[in-house]
Amino acid sequence: MDPVGLLFYLVAFLIAGGIYAILCLALNVQWGYGGLFNAGIAGFFAVGAYTSALLTAAPAQSHLGGFQLPVPVGILASALTAGITGWAVAKICIRLKSDYLAMASIGIAEILRMVIVNEDWLTNGSLGITNVPRPFDGLLQGREADLLFLAIVWLIVGGVYLICNRLYDSPWGRTLRAVRDNEDAARAVGKDVDAFRLQTFVIGAALMGIAGALSAHYFRFLSPEATEPLLITFLTWVMLMAGGSGNNKGAIVGALAVWAIWSMTEILTNRLPAEVATRSSYIRMLLIGLLLQFVLQKYRSGLIPERSPVFDKDQDKTHG
Amino acid sequence: MMEFINFYLIPGLALGAIYALGAIGISMIFGILRFAHFAHGDVMTLGAYGTLTAVWLTGLHPLLALPAGIVLAVLAVLLADKIFYKPLRDLPTIYTVIASFGVALIIRSLVQLIWGSQNEVFIRGVQKPILLFDLIRVSLLHLESIAIIVMAALALHFFLTRTKTGRSMRAVSDNPELARVAGLDTEKVVRSTWIIGGSLAAIAGVLSGLDTNIQPNLGWNLILPMFAATILGGIGKPMGALLGGMVIGLIEELSAYPWITDEPLINPGYKTATAFLIMVILLIFRPQGLLKGRLL
Repeated sequence: MDPVGLLFYLVAFLIAGGIYAILCLALNVQWGYGGLFNAGIAGFFAVGAYTSALLTAAPAQSHLGGFQLPVPVGILASALTAGITGWAVAKICIRLKSDYLAMASIGIAEILRMVIVNEDWLTNGSLGITNVPRPFDGLLQGREADLLFLAIVWLIVGGVYLICNRLYDSPWGRTLRAVRDNEDAARAVGKDVDAFRLQTFVIGAALMGIAGALSAHYFRFLSPEATEPLLITFLTWVMLMAGGSGNNKGAIVGALAVWAIWSMTEILTNRLPAEVATRSSYIRMLLIGLLLQFVLQKYRSGLIPERSPVFDKDQDKTHG
Repeated sequence: MMEFINFYLIPGLALGAIYALGAIGISMIFGILRFAHFAHGDVMTLGAYGTLTAVWLTGLHPLLALPAGIVLAVLAVLLADKIFYKPLRDLPTIYTVIASFGVALIIRSLVQLIWGSQNEVFIRGVQKPILLFDLIRVSLLHLESIAIIVMAALALHFFLTRTKTGRSMRAVSDNPELARVAGLDTEKVVRSTWIIGGSLAAIAGVLSGLDTNIQPNLGWNLILPMFAATILGGIGKPMGALLGGMVIGLIEELSAYPWITDEPLINPGYKTATAFLIMVILLIFRPQGLLKGRLL
């Protein structure tokens, strides 16, 4: 492979990896900080993707809108709609055992998929939405535009990372981990456990919406297949478990590591003879499933395990 | 009126039978092992493919070839429990939920690897409906489904109330600590749970495959209504899950009936959404289900 081709393969890899890193950071807020099981990541991702695509795309007869709003507006709106969806799901089952949240979140993801496929007037059904712009479109062309988009994605990853770290260290984050580790004790000292959980779930869902928006802008096109529940939900879970739940660095490293495994196995299986190659994508799924089981049993703290913030008198200015 | 019975009521009962057979297993596993088994739909898929292979090899009718599917599904759940669930049993159960999510993916990718991802059918050609009293037109399959669920209900009731294993299962489900102190063999109870859950799932998978077709997502697409049925019936109440499954199946089919205008009440594309809606309403107002199941 020529060096330029390799470079742009790397660019494409890092853009997708960055989007997964945001999903992984978002899931870390929900699961790593709050211990909440979300089985419907793809649903929140889809809400974000469709919100931003509909707001920013060129007007079209085939679907709602095409309002040609600036891309940042689309991205912020996608965080808002995904957050609201998350609020509705969490509001219903946050007080119940986490299994119920899992069932309800997978339910909402399935319903959203149904809406996207059935409501042609809104989403153009399975034909999808075309002409979704990228930020700073027209400034650069071709492969240079990919480099620009790469920079934007990782700027957002950096921003999300800083916000998540700040949340983790804040009194809010500490209370949340207290709730996660010992719900009864947190309740006994007067913390509103349900409110904290609700907030966590909404923040995570909003971040997932941003990831969805970025993927729609990256591909410039959005169809129901782009929000394939199995791939998105499942890969994100494996990434976070492998990287280290509760640790934001771990979330990013896990996202890149698992995405590297996923992409490299694709290169390998593409070299197999044609009759085997059609089925080889299932071998990759199988491997990812087994990887999850391995991590769950032997490696639960992940590549970069969670480390609670150390109380340092000299640096701690908020508590005097 | 006849149209209502022929095209909505009987298909609704038949669909309900499929949900019920799956939901019984989910409810038992939830009651005894305390986790929502996300791979249950894919166990159904495996049962359907196992039966399909036996049909190919022997040429028997799918319902006669069922034992092959049952054996495959039971082996799969016993193996999954031994390798993937049991090592996590001392951790918070949510880890087992994640593991079952992984098992769902593992089973599905194995099915796709072995059988491919194209649609398969048990019996080719159109099945002629049976005419009863010149009025009721039903497909034989729907009658068979209803007969199977009636038999399953009777057998389950007998098993849970009259046999030692069945009674131990209820005891463990109601109070695991007390059951252990009383000297019940918990591992044996767990094993029976998997065997019953896996068998019923395989039957449900074959019935669903007979009704439409067989493809790798067959069971996964049914998991949502089956969870709804489990919650409706009350967690840990197998008979409740059976009832819940029938109710959900009926509501799904009846929601497409033109109740008010000439149009279906709910767009058939959203049939599954009615199950979700029921689940949401239950979670808000009555999370312990209709039959006073446990609220875990």
